[in-house]
Amino acid sequence: MHNIREKRILAKGIVFFKVDAPLVVREAKAGQFVIVRLDEFGERIPLTIFDSDRANGTITLIIQEVGRSTKDLCALNVGDGILDILGPLGNPSEIENFGTVAIIGGGVGAAELYPVARDLKNRGNKIIVILGTRSKDLVILEDEMKDIADEILITTDDGSYGIKGLVTDALKKLFERDESIDRIICCGPILMMKAVTETARPKNITTIVSLNAILLDATGMCGCCRVMVGGESHFSCVDGPDFDGFKVDFDELLFRNKRFLDEEKKALES
Amino acid sequence: MLEKRTPRQRQRTRDPKQRSKDFDEVALGFTQEQAMLEAKRCLMCKKKPCVAGCPVDIDIPEFIASIVKGDYEGAIRKIKEKNNLPAICGRVCPQETQCEALCTLSAKEKPVGIGALERFAADWEIAHLKLKVPKIGNRKGIKVAAVGSGPAGLTAAADLAKLGYGVTLFESLSASGGVLRYGIPEFRLPKKILNLETEYVRSLGVDIKLNVLIGRTFTITDLFNEGYKAIFLGTGAGLPYFLGIPGEDLNGVYSANEFLTRVNLMHAYEFPKYKTPIKIGERVAVVGAGNTAMDCVRVAKRLGAKEAMIVYRRSEREVPARRAEVDNAEEEGIEFRFLTAPVKIEGNEKGEVKSMTCLKMELGEPDESGRRRPIPIKGSEYTMPIDTVVIGIGQAPNPLIAHTTKGLEVHKGGELKVDKNYMTSIKGVFAGGDITTGEGTVIAAMGAGKRAAVAMDRYLREQR
Repeated sequence: MHNIREKRILAKGIVFFKVDAPLVVREAKAGQFVIVRLDEFGERIPLTIFDSDRANGTITLIIQEVGRSTKDLCALNVGDGILDILGPLGNPSEIENFGTVAIIGGGVGAAELYPVARDLKNRGNKIIVILGTRSKDLVILEDEMKDIADEILITTDDGSYGIKGLVTDALKKLFERDESIDRIICCGPILMMKAVTETARPKNITTIVSLNAILLDATGMCGCCRVMVGGESHFSCVDGPDFDGFKVDFDELLFRNKRFLDEEKKALES
Repeated sequence: MLEKRTPRQRQRTRDPKQRSKDFDEVALGFTQEQAMLEAKRCLMCKKKPCVAGCPVDIDIPEFIASIVKGDYEGAIRKIKEKNNLPAICGRVCPQETQCEALCTLSAKEKPVGIGALERFAADWEIAHLKLKVPKIGNRKGIKVAAVGSGPAGLTAAADLAKLGYGVTLFESLSASGGVLRYGIPEFRLPKKILNLETEYVRSLGVDIKLNVLIGRTFTITDLFNEGYKAIFLGTGAGLPYFLGIPGEDLNGVYSANEFLTRVNLMHAYEFPKYKTPIKIGERVAVVGAGNTAMDCVRVAKRLGAKEAMIVYRRSEREVPARRAEVDNAEEEGIEFRFLTAPVKIEGNEKGEVKSMTCLKMELGEPDESGRRRPIPIKGSEYTMPIDTVVIGIGQAPNPLIAHTTKGLEVHKGGELKVDKNYMTSIKGVFAGGDITTGEGTVIAAMGAGKRAAVAMDRYLREQR
């Protein structure tokens, strides 16, 4: 059992948990994730390792309510426990001195990107962060990102905060002012990652996307998370989660992630 | 002397109409009377040819002799001298191609039902006795690790524990058993049986650590640093092959592993009580004809498919699955399309499978596997409506540990290289089962785990 040590509500439906996971912290690196199973009946849910505290043996997870299982997880409180946590899984993100890196997060994708941005900053990169959400109340991790970023741009669909528009509008603004960007790292809804990739393609800026395919065992055994990259089938869990955005077939991923929509609805009603 | 011999006894099975609607066990085993009749068929050959067919060297005539005497406890003790998982093996071993194939009787009549007798003895113990822990050798105070709690890992761990080593068995999933857990459905191997037998391995002193992925949570180097003096890798063949045809990524196409893991490990058949979903349509095609494919197609039927079929590119003669499982499937109304190879899967506007296009095949000259090679018949292409496709054409060895361990050498197919003592290219790291051979049987993996444990013991004694 993994006890919850700390809980914070970051925004409506988005929760921050600090939880015991002494085996996971030893090797956890930015970009990796864990599989969490709440109880005996639970699904295996992939969650990014937002932070890990080796001294205390805890990891931080940021969870957004999207379905039954994430709702049940978000309802947990300090003192409650999570039955299983497996990890760290997936390949760590590439951390090198690239020069200037644009970190682009949509919604809860910011949680996945924070540790990557932090490690890239420590490696000497200039970091420009773009965070996009529907409205002001859904913006998360702004202060944390400000602490490490050289610049931060926020976009909201309704204009209630920052730039009114999409993350791609902010990215275009960077292009317009001739900001030289060496690498883009992006995480968020599939359509957003596709749009960012297509915005970056004409400029030929390497765009890394962190994919959120449906996972099951997450150890490379089931192929549930297969995704077309460069015309070849890859397993997102062990070959990713980071891929070269220019090569990803986002349209197929969009379909694949809707596979269980009916069942997800049924589970929510149960 | 003309004596009318007793015919081979048939295990009772549940009514196909009923059983194809639930996940309860299909085969019910021998009654006591049947076991006695069957045991008495054994000729008690002095040379014991059957034993040579058993990968774990069970003294078969000896245990059968105990059954003849009505000493069922003696029978299970004899089996457990060699086999730590008899209730499992009595259910899923292909005895017909192993011990029973070498039975003297099979020259003239049907061989002794060794598998069903093994199951009888094991089930008798479960019903009548508390699990008894055998005497363990003196504790040596030496730590060893086994990785993967499938048949190979469970066996190696159990035998090493019996030899007095302090064994930790690492499993990446949330429950032990490996393919016995995620692969074999409840109706063929009830979880209750699996739990009892893994509990037995635990009772030998094996510390089973779940939710630990070696290669990620700990590396091989970490394990040595943690004081493990030798490591057994039994990580199996879990990397699914796909056909490589268009449409394989459509929604509604599963690998056998995904399909079975959702159902067996995650209880998707009890959705939404269990939260993991599975979705199948009215017409389900399972590609392949091994035991895994049979499991998939029978699961599909139980999940409510109106039509569930096997699509296999060779003929009925080449079917690799056990005959008994093919018969069970047939009884349950499974359709078989032999000499049929899928070439394309078509989808609708939502990216869901709607049909599958196949080619008819004919058999040509034998290929490298010795089986006649299927050759497409020109112009035989046809398309049939299908909602769900399960690809059950086999698995490759799990690549994770090889990828994350420097110096661990593999063959072209990804199998770990081992010497005759089961040692890999890294000193002190041993391996056995599907990870070294590619996909094989439960009992072959157990045999490898057993022999590797002996080799590890020898290695560890030489080290001191």
